[in-house]
Amino acid sequence: MKKIINDPSTVVTEALQGMAAAHPELISVSYAPDFITRADAPVADKVALVSGGGSGHEPLHGGFVGAGMLDAAVPGPVFTSPTPDQVTAAARAVDGGAGVLLIVKNYTGDVLNFETAAELADAEGIAVQTVLVADDVAVKDSTWTAGRRGVGGTVLVEKIAGAAAARGDDLAAVAAIAQRVSDGVRSMGLALAPCTVPHSGEPSFSLGDDEIEMGVGIHGEPGREKMKLAPADDLVSIMLTAIVDDLPFTAGSSTLLFVNGLGGTPQIELYLAYNSARKFLAGRGIEVDRSLVGNYITSLEMQGMSITLLQLDDEMTELWDAPVQTAALRWGV
Amino acid sequence: MSCTTESTIAAVRAAAAVIAERRAELTALDREIGDGDHGENLARGFAAVSAKLDSEHPGTPGEVLKLVATSLISTVGGASGPLFGTGFLRAATAAGDAAELDSATIASVLAAARGGVVARGKAEAQDKTMVDALSPAVEAAAAAAADGQDVSAVLAAAAAAAEQGALDTKPLQARKGRASYLGERSIGHVDPGAQSVAYLLRALAAAANGS
Repeated sequence: MKKIINDPSTVVTEALQGMAAAHPELISVSYAPDFITRADAPVADKVALVSGGGSGHEPLHGGFVGAGMLDAAVPGPVFTSPTPDQVTAAARAVDGGAGVLLIVKNYTGDVLNFETAAELADAEGIAVQTVLVADDVAVKDSTWTAGRRGVGGTVLVEKIAGAAAARGDDLAAVAAIAQRVSDGVRSMGLALAPCTVPHSGEPSFSLGDDEIEMGVGIHGEPGREKMKLAPADDLVSIMLTAIVDDLPFTAGSSTLLFVNGLGGTPQIELYLAYNSARKFLAGRGIEVDRSLVGNYITSLEMQGMSITLLQLDDEMTELWDAPVQTAALRWGV
Repeated sequence: MSCTTESTIAAVRAAAAVIAERRAELTALDREIGDGDHGENLARGFAAVSAKLDSEHPGTPGEVLKLVATSLISTVGGASGPLFGTGFLRAATAAGDAAELDSATIASVLAAARGGVVARGKAEAQDKTMVDALSPAVEAAAAAAADGQDVSAVLAAAAAAAEQGALDTKPLQARKGRASYLGERSIGHVDPGAQSVAYLLRALAAAANGS
């Protein structure tokens, strides 16, 4: 394992200290329990958005804290969900009186800890609602598994719901639009090479030199199958076929296409994959109206990518375009 | 004999020691079908439990169990934090404010712990989770208590049943937690949560036997 670290046990804390020092105008960081808030939190009378999960997926979620997106992010240890008292403390810190929306990726640990946190916050008199993101089409439904994992769609839920909160929607309305995005988004990932969690020091899985894991999860969980590496057009076609057929997205659909790097993939390959994806969607008559390409929900240094497709309506498009000012996503300001 | 505050503390310290000792092994089991942090997370939680026992002085077995619950909930994270934490919390409630726990109470404390885990995790038998170790342990403890056996025998019966229950998770296909994403590939591995339940109960039983 080669990593730029001092000690595996202090990776998250030192990264948070670095983030706080790099972006003092945007965020401030609290320690023990650890959470990141907007520098100007709490914002009076605005619904506050709180998300979180294991660390190692940066810029998710801390990179999306700021005006127009999240009010707080709650990082757990690498690939391990945060604890309820962390989430409750973050909710308390950012509640401006209009309530708190928790955005939770569908992973057992995240669900259980945020559920407990919501009960604790509720007991303190904070109005809390929760939206679950479960967009990974690689996974069988909840009859067979813990349910679909929440992956790339989370970024889009956070952006669009964040804009709804910024324009003054109440808690029920912000939760409703977050749920609509969650319902209309589908994703799938693949890995060319695994990642290594600092405290374990071992790669998360193994692949032959010519193999990929199709449908991989953001912690290296297996997906649909190990298969031979193929040209980008073929890989993109497998992923987008699964995505498009699942909702289903139909000819004439207006969409947001998000090609995401998992941490170890160069931008040139992501744009190449984006080009493949545009060709595939054009072949199905699906319109791409908005795009996002880059590393936004990563898996440490995993080599690979995910593709996310969101069914847009006019309101979502307007909220997507609304100003956002965070460390990792910034436009219109 | 019955279970006092002192023997409960000794048993919890023994449990913390065994989790620290088995940390790498539990993490390796988790790497096979999960995300490879189970031992790490539990060890972090039980280290916090030990530290709290050094500074706080719970007055009843129930208060000891509650201290374990809150420490685990606030330090473990992942799925294990809420599951083990809720289990210990319900156990604490079942123990009440009694100064000593007899065999029958120990059996009902274990049953309450299982109730908490099932309520929080919504897992059923054969889902390949810690419930598959906890359930046979609860039944064995109830049978031993009904048979008039003492606390250490009740815990020994629970530990033996949990060990068998953990082994029996090996041929199962996971339907809960991160292992469920493996589908058929989860078959052939012992569930790390079930294994840690077995280690915990064995440590508790050994401590009860030694006191």
